[in-house]
Amino acid sequence: MRVWLACVLAFALAWMAFAPIAGGDPEELFEIPQGTYARRMAGNKVEILPSTIRLTLGVRNVLLLRNLDEVPQVFGPVLIMPGQSFRLPFELASTYSFACTAHASGQMQVIVDPEPAPGWDRFQWRLLRLRMKGRAL
Amino acid sequence: MQPQRHRGTEEYRRAFSLCLCASVLAIFLSFPAWSAPALKAGVFEPPAKAPEFSLQGTDGKELKLARFQGKITLLVFGFTHCPEVCPTTLATLAQARKQLGAAADAVQVVYLTVDPARDDLDRIRKYLGAFDKSFIGGTARPEVLAAVREHYGVFAKKIESPGENYGMSHSTSVFLIDRQGRLRALMPYGHVPADFVHDLKLLLASK
Repeated sequence: MRVWLACVLAFALAWMAFAPIAGGDPEELFEIPQGTYARRMAGNKVEILPSTIRLTLGVRNVLLLRNLDEVPQVFGPVLIMPGQSFRLPFELASTYSFACTAHASGQMQVIVDPEPAPGWDRFQWRLLRLRMKGRAL
Repeated sequence: MQPQRHRGTEEYRRAFSLCLCASVLAIFLSFPAWSAPALKAGVFEPPAKAPEFSLQGTDGKELKLARFQGKITLLVFGFTHCPEVCPTTLATLAQARKQLGAAADAVQVVYLTVDPARDDLDRIRKYLGAFDKSFIGGTARPEVLAAVREHYGVFAKKIESPGENYGMSHSTSVFLIDRQGRLRALMPYGHVPADFVHDLKLLLASK
């Protein structure tokens, strides 16, 4: 029985450290809700897109912007038509700066972190995710 | 004693087999699902018709997107005094066209100035010619150019400095317009020629 337990534990640890990261949704979605333009025209402050977005290669490396409003909207670096979405993938870990008139600074940053390397990095990353899921429950 | 040792060996063998199977299964499940090749640029879904414009072209003709129906148009906004972004972008696009070979005939680069006060047709023509003779530039009255920029969500702002040597802060992405004149994608600044070649091949192959 002890042998079995040791094997299962060893497998679990090895999987956490070395198994490739995949599956799940690679897209980080931000939506402009319907009526945003009307709320802005009424004088309300509407902040949808944060000035800094953090993505991770191989995990969540696609920025998805969707305009559900009735009018075209400048969203981050692009003008998106009503009902349209803009899907921007990132393949290099870096800090990307975009001009964005929706922000007071006029800038928006997308920080793309590298994919956690096999071994200790990946193990820590999975452990962190487990903890976050545990807290969410 | 012997049967006990045999049972122990058997247990190790089973545990090892189970671990091996579980590892293979875990790795198999961890691989991403097969998917169709995607553009490296940001993609608009669904694609909408690219806003049309009517400007003066550096080739002496009226500069309209409709002229390039059937080709892929790469639309760039910039100014000829630009110290870094415009030369890098134009050199990248020239390199991408070279790498495309004969297929480059179906790709048109259009460069619209955001600085009409200094960029006249002659200056834009000479500037673009240094990168690729096929590039076409365009200018117009400031308010006409401002309206075009607004339709594309492009910003441009003068950075004041003493004398004539002012700068311009402007959007740096390249718009990819397909053969049907639809705005399909936007390539952010910083991509290498190979990324453009990748996307242009996909767009040229698509209907």
